[in-house]
Amino acid sequence: MKPKFGVFDVLLYLVLAGLAVTALYPFVYMLAVSLSGTVPVLKGQVYLWPKEINLRTYAVVFENAAIGRAYLNTILYTLLGTSISLLITAAGAYALSKQDMLLRRTFMILVIVTLFFSGGMIPTFLVVRSYHLIDTIWAMVLPGAVSTWNLLVMRTFFSALPQEVEESGKIDGLNDIGIFFRLVLPLSKAILATIGLFYGVAIWNNFFSALLYLRDADLFPLQVIVRNMVLQGNASASGAAGIGGDGMIVDESLKYATIIVTTVPILLVYPFLQKYFAKGALIGSVKG
Amino acid sequence: MSESTIDPSPSAPPDIGSAAGASGAGASKAALFRVRWNRSKYLFLLFLPALIYYLMFKYVPMFGILISFKDYNPFQGVWDSPWVGLKHYTLFFESPDSMKLVKNTIVLGAYKILFGFPAPVILALLLNEVRIALVKRVVQTISYLPHFISNVVVVGMMALFLSPTGGIVNQAIGWFGHDSINFMQNENYFRSLYILSEIWQHIGWETIIYLAALSAIDPLLYEAATVDGASRWHQLRHVTLPGIVPAIVTLLILNVGHVLDIGFEKVLLMQNPSIYSTADVLSTYVYRTGIQAMNYSYGTAIDLFASLVNLFFIFTANWISRRVSGTSLW
Repeated sequence: MKPKFGVFDVLLYLVLAGLAVTALYPFVYMLAVSLSGTVPVLKGQVYLWPKEINLRTYAVVFENAAIGRAYLNTILYTLLGTSISLLITAAGAYALSKQDMLLRRTFMILVIVTLFFSGGMIPTFLVVRSYHLIDTIWAMVLPGAVSTWNLLVMRTFFSALPQEVEESGKIDGLNDIGIFFRLVLPLSKAILATIGLFYGVAIWNNFFSALLYLRDADLFPLQVIVRNMVLQGNASASGAAGIGGDGMIVDESLKYATIIVTTVPILLVYPFLQKYFAKGALIGSVKG
Repeated sequence: MSESTIDPSPSAPPDIGSAAGASGAGASKAALFRVRWNRSKYLFLLFLPALIYYLMFKYVPMFGILISFKDYNPFQGVWDSPWVGLKHYTLFFESPDSMKLVKNTIVLGAYKILFGFPAPVILALLLNEVRIALVKRVVQTISYLPHFISNVVVVGMMALFLSPTGGIVNQAIGWFGHDSINFMQNENYFRSLYILSEIWQHIGWETIIYLAALSAIDPLLYEAATVDGASRWHQLRHVTLPGIVPAIVTLLILNVGHVLDIGFEKVLLMQNPSIYSTADVLSTYVYRTGIQAMNYSYGTAIDLFASLVNLFFIFTANWISRRVSGTSLW
């Protein structure tokens, strides 16, 4: 039976095209404005394509010491946090995937309860403070180190690995730790990439922890700087007052450029992310 | 390469083993336990970091909820601060803000479910009707993108696009000869903006689970329906929808269970004192009074109240769903 291409299909494709444009256009627009010259932006003539293309706005962004430091901080938090989170999560998930581990059920309940109930913002804050993590890089890394959802996704993945992997490791005289690091992890690159990127993106985007646990401006991640600049309007405080010769930089362009610079790493890893994550998210949908 | 780390003759197992041994169980039971202990000890080591994490950062804070029944004093600590019973709860419910906060939170949460929940279902059904695989993949890929953008950036974009001075939206409004609207400072727009931006951010991502459920539907069902002369609409109603109802119900229960913990980060970023009448919700109030003004006990009481209401919702939703549709979380 060959379906024909009817009115419904035309409408369908129109709706989907509209959706795709809605998702993409904001980024195109911000890029266009941030790359345009002062005059067309002030006159409101930039919609899709930059006019009087130049990189002056980006030069101002990169010369800004606060943004530079925040960028390095964010990169540090992301690399450190992703490694720690991934290691703890993968090891824990592997253990929980073994049916015959003692106390497995108890540990599973311990983990799952946290999906439905938590101490809340203030008790967590007080606990983090009592561990002396306030104003340290660990405040950005440890309090949210394990996402229960990610742990369960990984556990499901490990449960599906063939029994032979473990058996062959046992024959080679490896214990569970050896099996995990030497045999299981190399077989799990796809899931490690997926969950690693989830963690990485979450830490890159994390504003909450910085808001709660950081007071020291030297430790601020990018998100805090973006908030201060874009939402609290301190853009000019960061040296946007204009550079000689070529004239002023529009405040708005500077804000868009900052947003783009903040978001570009995500847009860059996105194609790789995309390759794995649908699969990863699917594994999570399996009940178990 | 085989550094024989397996221990053939296990030494006496510490901790857990001694507990079982002391109970004076039969020899075979002890032997069985020893076998399982041997089987588990390296797995315990692998789980240990996660266990420490959960205890330190999830369970110790749960113990900290006690301070909502005390007058917490940092110098005395959680345990030694004086008990005050339900003082902080009464204080909250007698305050003029409490009704407004509960209402704002519930209304925002309910709107999110009412409008935000069906959106990805509809998109998944639409994508399911697309017969050109490439189009489907491209639309899917693009629609996931906003999910990975931070709340700070999303709210920043909203503020800039909607700005009454030069924002692109108000420019467009200007073309039609209308005055610009100060969206972010007007309490009447807060809920719509919040819900619309939530949909924009997450609609694509949330289709993934539905698309998975859709792909699991047996193609034979469609063939049979076609043979029976079912139109596309009938196929949608009688084959496709029933196929994803369990997924819909499961996600709905989960969503209902989170009605009261509406995304703190985004609401906080969007709000300002001039729109508190609609935009102030429990979690942001807890942050302001609890963390910023350091009324730790008071804030924790409100937080616990919200958690308990959430639990009540999720249990109720689960119970109703089990009776009505047979689908449930547990």
